[in-house]
Amino acid sequence: MLGLMAGFSSLSLAWAAEQGSGLTRVTLLPQWIPQAQFAGYYLALEKGIYRSNGLDVVILTGGPRQNLEGALRSGEATFITHFLSSALKLRENGLPLVNLAQVGQRSALLLVARRGSGIRRVEDLAGKKVSIWSDFAVQPLALFRRYNLDVQVIPQGATINLFMRGGVDAASAMWYNEYHLMLNAGLNENEVTLIFYDQHGLNFPEDGLYCLDKTWRDQPELCRRFIRASLAGWEYAFSHEEESLAVILRYAEEARTGTNASHQRWMLRRMQDIILPRQTAPPLGTLRKEDFDTVCRELKSSGMINHVPVFEEFHVGASN
Amino acid sequence: MSERRTKSFHPTLAFKLGLLVLASTGLVFFVAFAYNNHVARRLMLKNVEEATQRLAQSTVARISSLLQGVERTPIFIAQQLSRPVKDTNQIVQVLRDILLSNPHIHSAAIAFEPGKFSPGLESFAPLVYRQNNQWQYRDLAQGLYNYSVQDWYLIPKQLDRPLWSEPYFDDGGANAMMCAFSVPFYRTHENRSEFCGVVSVALQLEHIVEQVSTLSLYRSGYVYLMSQNGQLISHPNLSWVFKESIFSVAEQDGNDQLRRIGLAMVRGQEGLERFQSIFTRRMSWMYYAPVASIGWSVGIVFPEEEILADLRALNRDVLWIGTIGFGLLFCVVVLLSRGVTRPISSLARQTHEIARGNLDVPLPPIRTHDEVEELSRSFENMRVALKEYIANLADTTAAKERIESELKIARNIQRSFLPKHFPPFPDKTGFDLFADLQPAKQVGGDLYDFFLLDQHRLFFSIGDVSDKGVPAALLMAVTKTLMKGVAEQDLSPSEVLGKVNTELALDNETMMFVTLFCGILDFRTGELVYSNAGHLPPLWIRNHCEVSWLELPKGMVLGAMEDSTYETRSIRLQPGDTLVLYTDGVTEAMNAQEALYGEERLLSLIELRGDDSPRSLVENVFRSVHEYAEGTPQSDDITVLVLHFSPELTPRPRSGSARTPCS
Repeated sequence: MLGLMAGFSSLSLAWAAEQGSGLTRVTLLPQWIPQAQFAGYYLALEKGIYRSNGLDVVILTGGPRQNLEGALRSGEATFITHFLSSALKLRENGLPLVNLAQVGQRSALLLVARRGSGIRRVEDLAGKKVSIWSDFAVQPLALFRRYNLDVQVIPQGATINLFMRGGVDAASAMWYNEYHLMLNAGLNENEVTLIFYDQHGLNFPEDGLYCLDKTWRDQPELCRRFIRASLAGWEYAFSHEEESLAVILRYAEEARTGTNASHQRWMLRRMQDIILPRQTAPPLGTLRKEDFDTVCRELKSSGMINHVPVFEEFHVGASN
Repeated sequence: MSERRTKSFHPTLAFKLGLLVLASTGLVFFVAFAYNNHVARRLMLKNVEEATQRLAQSTVARISSLLQGVERTPIFIAQQLSRPVKDTNQIVQVLRDILLSNPHIHSAAIAFEPGKFSPGLESFAPLVYRQNNQWQYRDLAQGLYNYSVQDWYLIPKQLDRPLWSEPYFDDGGANAMMCAFSVPFYRTHENRSEFCGVVSVALQLEHIVEQVSTLSLYRSGYVYLMSQNGQLISHPNLSWVFKESIFSVAEQDGNDQLRRIGLAMVRGQEGLERFQSIFTRRMSWMYYAPVASIGWSVGIVFPEEEILADLRALNRDVLWIGTIGFGLLFCVVVLLSRGVTRPISSLARQTHEIARGNLDVPLPPIRTHDEVEELSRSFENMRVALKEYIANLADTTAAKERIESELKIARNIQRSFLPKHFPPFPDKTGFDLFADLQPAKQVGGDLYDFFLLDQHRLFFSIGDVSDKGVPAALLMAVTKTLMKGVAEQDLSPSEVLGKVNTELALDNETMMFVTLFCGILDFRTGELVYSNAGHLPPLWIRNHCEVSWLELPKGMVLGAMEDSTYETRSIRLQPGDTLVLYTDGVTEAMNAQEALYGEERLLSLIELRGDDSPRSLVENVFRSVHEYAEGTPQSDDITVLVLHFSPELTPRPRSGSARTPCS
């Protein structure tokens, strides 16, 4: 109830701001800490792309302590970024959100397995200790089912250390994040086998832009401008690596995330691989029906969701 | 030619000597210097390696003892927990005791596996921590914090051994760098050891970091500390601490060597490596050693230039000393060698004068008592000898020139004795006469003469003195004078020869003699009377082409014997007849093969040219002899006299072409 009231007040503030400057104030809450994973939005803001689209965007600082659902419900965040599977779960749980744009096309989640443990391909995971994140367990479990592997699943925390200390034979990682942290903790690329889910029929596109169904219905034009500017921000970020890095590092510094330039450079480059994969890239921001179907099918079969939303009702941005 | 100096630089002997000495000592010096530098550098690096090794070991020992102090209590507690503890208060008391035992421990927790504390309790993880100098207690199982997936719990559980965690920044309240030491504990259940939980203490790293960061080495050397993941825990570049790992720094710099060093470090190796420090951007050395219990690594970095600063300073001094020394050495060598070469140089200058012909400059006395003095003395002797020789030469040359000039005069005088005007008697008709003498040396021994005894008679003679040169010329002059004087007494040719012989033979100590032919021609009648004193027979040309030797009476050469007698013969020349008189210079002329010209050759020539005028005949004989000699120097005087009798004619034209040649 309190949150709802706070939402109303911030909404009215937004309206006031719009009337004052001719720009519409909106807020974006990325689902994680400031890093190159969100470079496009920071660059759209920094380079005035949002303003030139009539938007006064405030990017809130995301992170483990932020509650995306609450922020969206309260109106604290007009827009959020989220993983497709996570968004579908939220929608299943009653949060009426819609996908405005599917930014990431290729699943960045992967398994990093030690070649020293004899793992050269997926089948070698049988009988091995594999750590997985409970929040992102659907893909690995589906993979194990698909290959009929009896895997010793170990819960994975927020760090790479269990894997680095040899506590498990394989660990989950984001290609753009944990994998590089491993490399920069003394792991050599030739020591590991990488298992990408998209190569095993389990491509879960991740980062997308979301807002409440109501926001979309009430202000479709605003939403479209936001999508357009955000995607333009991504294009800018990829073509201006050094400038983007400087911006990202500044935001990271402000949020005291304790990252470094080489890690953000790696992340930005991987985001480009994920957002603009070389083969069969759909127009930027598009959610492919087959990817949507894959995610829904796997979520449903793992019992995460019971109802599959109508694609067109869920992914609204790109068709307009 | 050699006197002309070229403009290019010609170093002196002293300079060359100096340079050579300098170059060779310089070479020795630099080889010694380089070797010294190499060895000293190696020694210094070895010392530095030992020093840094000691520093690393002491640092590692200090950290390790601190860590051991922390480790001891939770290990003990974990052992105690192998027996069930049911009392929560007792556990909290134990945790407080842990904090009491070590002021650097910030918090302590005992986290139980779900259901292991008491069957009814799902999870239990009591935590005691310091806050504002007070104990605070919290159950980590309460709230959203899922301790079961935290590193400090999960990793020792999975690895089944006590373990230090990666350092982390606790922003929950302590706002400090921490590192957790966690010990798993087990209980025996149905003869099986069963994991029941973890005892964990969090150590504030501030103290360790402080200790390490105050360590320094040389002027700008530094010590850094990195975790098992390569994360920088302590580093003089504070902006890297907890942000960068050695690998991210290496990646950002594109530095493969640093990544390699990082890998060795996280693998617990020890080593010394030369590398370009990314922090200081200077060539540096890094010694690294592991802190085994916690998996960390200590790196000690020291700039090479500072290690080797003393050596460099020493090298600089040595080089300075060397340079100055070389300068001095060069000067000394140049001075010394100048001392040696100065006499040589002055000798060179003086002999230069001598070479130019000035022998009057005496060589300076050199008292070096060595080869140079000897050389100088030899040169002086040579100069004096040369001067003497040249003086003698000048005298001799002067004498020779004087003699030659006198001989020239003598020749002129001698030549002036001989009648040289042709035709000799332009107002006389009845004969034509031409004669010439070509001397072998400047004064010769041949003679000829002719003069009118009266209006109708011509006296003529030709002779040859036995020797050549001045004595012969003198005798020739005497003979000619005597001949003329005696002949004018209107005597017959034999009487003339007899009288002249008597005069010449008188007191003839030189034993020189003269051959002579003389005759008197009555050029109205052609009556010729003649006598001979050992001379060659003249050729008689009759009827233009008939040539024969004139029959001669016997007669001794003049001047050989006092009482020699001579005979006069007489013949009558027909108009047109010609007599050719000559000396042995003609018939005994030699060619290059030393073959004689010969009488036959002369006879043939005269037969061919019998119709020529006397002048032409004389010239032809000379030309023929010269052609025969082919440039061989003339060894004797050559004299030819031609007399042509032609009473009906006035003096003959110069050319004889009016007459028909002999067939």
